Amino acid sequence: MTNDITHHLTDSLLMAYSAGTLPEAFSLTVAAHVSMCDECRARLGAFDTVGGALLEQAGDAAMAEDSLAVTMARIRAGGETRRERPAPLQAGVLPAPLRDYIGGDLDSVRWRPIGMGVKQAILPTDRDATARLLYIPAGAAVPDHGHRGTELTLVLKGAFVDETARFGPGDIEVANEEVDHMPVADIGTDCICLAATDAPLRFRALMPRLAQPFLRI
Amino acid sequence: MESATLDPAPPLSPPAVARVKGRRVADSGTESDVASKDTESDRQNIEWVACMARIRDAGDEAAFARLFSHFAPRVKAFLMRSGADANLAEEVAQDVMATLWRKSHLFDPARASVATWVFTIARNRRIDALRRARRPEPEDLPWGPEPEPDQAEVLVLQEESEALGAALATLPEKQRVLIEKAYFGDLSHSEIAEQTGLPLGTIKSRIRLALDRLRHAMK
Repeated sequence: MTNDITHHLTDSLLMAYSAGTLPEAFSLTVAAHVSMCDECRARLGAFDTVGGALLEQAGDAAMAEDSLAVTMARIRAGGETRRERPAPLQAGVLPAPLRDYIGGDLDSVRWRPIGMGVKQAILPTDRDATARLLYIPAGAAVPDHGHRGTELTLVLKGAFVDETARFGPGDIEVANEEVDHMPVADIGTDCICLAATDAPLRFRALMPRLAQPFLRI
Repeated sequence: MESATLDPAPPLSPPAVARVKGRRVADSGTESDVASKDTESDRQNIEWVACMARIRDAGDEAAFARLFSHFAPRVKAFLMRSGADANLAEEVAQDVMATLWRKSHLFDPARASVATWVFTIARNRRIDALRRARRPEPEDLPWGPEPEPDQAEVLVLQEESEALGAALATLPEKQRVLIEKAYFGDLSHSEIAEQTGLPLGTIKSRIRLALDRLRHAMK
């Protein structure tokens, strides 16, 4: 989709996503990046192949005696197999998995200001980690923050620069507690990114209660 | 690998599987051992692909029964190792196999082996059943499986998948255990994230190759 992506997912994250063990917010971010990055889509395919090989070698657990018959009955009860493929989505600014969570494209995002022109929208994922969209006006900075856990930041539009590198559309930054950074949007265009964290960021204190209604119960 | 317990493979249209150079697995016995094992399992992979086509095109229950007897017990074992009790694992394994039938038209042998595809279905069902969580999927590619995939591409991809499995089986115990733990959900994501470089060792080159094939298939 985009050929200019230079910051990719790590093997560890791709493997964990393939294994299906990531918290939902991280899965969403990985799925969004893979939607934009053919390289990581192919790497993910390779990790799925590892999963297939492990399945082959997982050993046999004897199925119930009537198992095949029961399964055939289930299939028949399901009626005529539908052969249609899911209709291809209309192209949009945001990758499809994100549009699912927003309930629309970029224009449907319900932004909340968090200060200094920066806006955010928390997406409804389970509580093991948090996914938020960040809107950083051109040239503005996200308040300086450190991480206690892992933070993934995927650029959806525009670009940002921090102490480590420049990140453009489709690029993903994988930061851990060693990274204390202050992302600054490129001068010229506003930057929109998706950030997933498994521990609260420092600036979260600036928006008491606001996140609550968005969290899924 | 377990081909001794399986029925002999029926004749398939491509009688000889083209060999790819440089796909021998290091430190796993003699060249000829590996070669004969590979040939058997390549044929096996291709047979599963043929079964999928018969299910898709003709609703062939005998082909389904063959896939069921091979994969259902493995899916059940996989789920039990992921923490499901026997009843739940049985139920979910049946559901996975029913999904294989219903979605047979979406299987693309130029991009995945049947084992890989079954794994992805089982993984998704496991997340639904055990974690009751969502796992967002990437946007679909704008094209689906070709009605008549390129047979050479299919062969190469199926062989590569098999070679990756063979490489996995020869990993040093410690590395293998870590990878198993990651896939069976015994490793928390932070434990995984802490692994700065996963000890993928000898399978790294196999992943590389599998990757090249997939990249090619996606062109």
